[in-house]
Amino acid sequence: MITAAVQERENYLNATSGLKSWLLTKDHKRIGLLYLATITLFFFLGGVFATLIRIELLTPGGGLVSSETYNKLFTMHGVTMIFFFLIPSIPAVLGNFFLPMMIGARDLAFPRINLLSWYLLVIGGLFALFAMLAGGVDTGWTFYTPYSTTYSNTWVIATALGIFVAGFSSILTGLNFIVTVHRMRAPGMTWFRMPLFVWAHYATALIQVLGTPVLAVTIVLVFCERVFHIGIFDPALGGDPVLFQHLFWFYSHPAVYIMILPAMGVVSELVSTFSRKPIFGYRVVAFSSVAIAVLGFLVWGHHLFVSGQSLYAGMVFSFLSYFVAIPSAIKVFNWTATLYKGSISYATPMLYAFGFIGLFTIGGLTGLFVAALGIDVHVTDTYFVVAHFHYIMVGGAIMAYLGGLHYWWPKITGRLYPEGWAKLSALVIFLGFNLTFFPQFILGYLGMPRRYHTYPDEFQILHVLSTAGASVLAVGYAIPMIYFAWSLRYGKVAGANPWGASGLEWKTASPPPAHNFDRIPVVTSEAYDYSTVVGEAVEVG
Amino acid sequence: MASEAHVPVETLALREQFDTEAQQKDASTLGMWIFLITEVMFFGGMFCAYTVYRRAYSDAFAVASASLNVTIGAINTAVLLVSSFTMVLAVRASQLGQRRTLILFLVLTLIFGGIFLGVKAYEWNEKFEQHHVPGPSFHLDGVPQQGHAQLFFSLYFAMTGLHAAHMVIGVGLLSWLIWMAYKGTFTAEYNTPVDIAGLYWHFVDIIWIFLFPLLYLIDRHLPK
Repeated sequence: MITAAVQERENYLNATSGLKSWLLTKDHKRIGLLYLATITLFFFLGGVFATLIRIELLTPGGGLVSSETYNKLFTMHGVTMIFFFLIPSIPAVLGNFFLPMMIGARDLAFPRINLLSWYLLVIGGLFALFAMLAGGVDTGWTFYTPYSTTYSNTWVIATALGIFVAGFSSILTGLNFIVTVHRMRAPGMTWFRMPLFVWAHYATALIQVLGTPVLAVTIVLVFCERVFHIGIFDPALGGDPVLFQHLFWFYSHPAVYIMILPAMGVVSELVSTFSRKPIFGYRVVAFSSVAIAVLGFLVWGHHLFVSGQSLYAGMVFSFLSYFVAIPSAIKVFNWTATLYKGSISYATPMLYAFGFIGLFTIGGLTGLFVAALGIDVHVTDTYFVVAHFHYIMVGGAIMAYLGGLHYWWPKITGRLYPEGWAKLSALVIFLGFNLTFFPQFILGYLGMPRRYHTYPDEFQILHVLSTAGASVLAVGYAIPMIYFAWSLRYGKVAGANPWGASGLEWKTASPPPAHNFDRIPVVTSEAYDYSTVVGEAVEVG
Repeated sequence: MASEAHVPVETLALREQFDTEAQQKDASTLGMWIFLITEVMFFGGMFCAYTVYRRAYSDAFAVASASLNVTIGAINTAVLLVSSFTMVLAVRASQLGQRRTLILFLVLTLIFGGIFLGVKAYEWNEKFEQHHVPGPSFHLDGVPQQGHAQLFFSLYFAMTGLHAAHMVIGVGLLSWLIWMAYKGTFTAEYNTPVDIAGLYWHFVDIIWIFLFPLLYLIDRHLPK
């Protein structure tokens, strides 16, 4: 039987066994799976908060929860989803698993630091969970001063410490990736032969390493302010609350690119594999990742257009924010150009890639709306902004994460997921997502402010549509969880390269052996060279 | 150059994910440099806050700065510089595989680091006695806006406190290195930990080189 044969061959899953072999593993692939389990739990938790928010907003009167509870719900939704799901999602799960394999390495440069990163995320998560169970936090995920430092009577410090600790997880992951890309590439794997997924992760790692420490020190200052009342952000002593906003967004705007750049890397892999063509303008796409990372550090001030920032600063930040659209658009155009005359197959990962390109384009273009000084004054703190960043975070990052998970699932587990169900759920997620968030653009433009749990009656129909969409989205997310679990036992056994993909990770067995490759490969061709890929693609759909 | 996936014996100098010892040392050193860049950004947030308030409240900052004890600050700067020198000698000794010399210089570095922290503790204690610690009982003579002077001391404590925390970590690293050196772990072939701990120690030293003039010497270069 084929199944038996698969189970007998030694791979990273059966090389050692027992709980200890997982909790003390130094194997980047197992650590990737530890992250997968952890962030799936946080995704579920953040989803519960989102559900409560959407149910509350069904009615204009706000009957389900009090306004205090509502403040805690949207805060904890944001904190959980951003710091404990989205930021670790693609880099820590897929990046951890595949970055070393894609460059032909046996592991990351620092496997023990990699394991430490996971523990830091778990410890940070426990702090945040404790805060949530003990009574929650109500400052918004942005922790704006002086509310967070002086007035809020909720668990600000525990939550902030959780984010502080989880931040070091992100920093160390970035550090590990940079060193790995510099020092661990296989013979012949030059910089311009690396898959674009690796380039995207390299750019992401730069942001993690340069941005996250600033958030960390900001949290230290908030901590000192709240505990010792040192006055750094307290106007009573001459301190400036807006300084907090500058420091916070210096990290938190680039953090958006920590979430979206790896997603772009995934989409590059998907688009190439499923149109069997190299990515059009490979070098330009590679550099556009780095350009986004660099420019992303120069736009934080667009979060402060209405915070009393000088008009001239506003103009510069507005201009620079428009500038970021260029490398982003380059990617979208180049993916589209890659499709031209490609042999396109509509496998599930490709459906997610298409979903990403469309939704990211909408999210990106509405980003230009809010980067414009005049329009931003009108839509600041409205649902327009909420819809905009959910198109990037959910429509972009989560779409790509799910697409990547489907794409690499056969490699991770050695099994194929059921294609029919997968296509259905991709469709359900796409429809549910748009039904949830498109009405929010209209709501915001009409003047519905964010973070309010009551609203005028005239907004109800759009809120009901949004809540209905959220229910569809929840079903869409539940289906993959079920069939992924199902496929672990009953899925068709996948060969080494079920998609006929070109990356090094497909040139080893599925699941891979503990050291990734039986022999370290020698790279002799450019990335996405399909001329050497033997036609072993399985029939899909 | 294709090599086998399984490196049979894993040693400290060659972990299984690397092909050569040179590659491993290179990776470790690069890792430490990147970590130090993250540290620059970490301290950078506080330097940014310092710059904003020093510019906004330059008079109060000059008076508050003058109340610090420059002599003690200068002595501590010298102590730290000497500790960096002994650290360099320790790194050199480890490269030459001289175990006893290595231990000697590591211990000396540890002692100088300890002296720095002791002097720092004395200075902080002095601030408590003089009511220069931010809080309800804060008072500094000669400043009309007490809040602005308080901000200077908030930054003083935050910045020197963060620096001292890094010194404590450095002292911990040194103790560990001394123990490893005592056990004879380091040889002329394998001494990367001494090397990268040295980088860290120098970095913490350099942070102080910036802190000293910014905190202690503000009024020295102002027109009288």
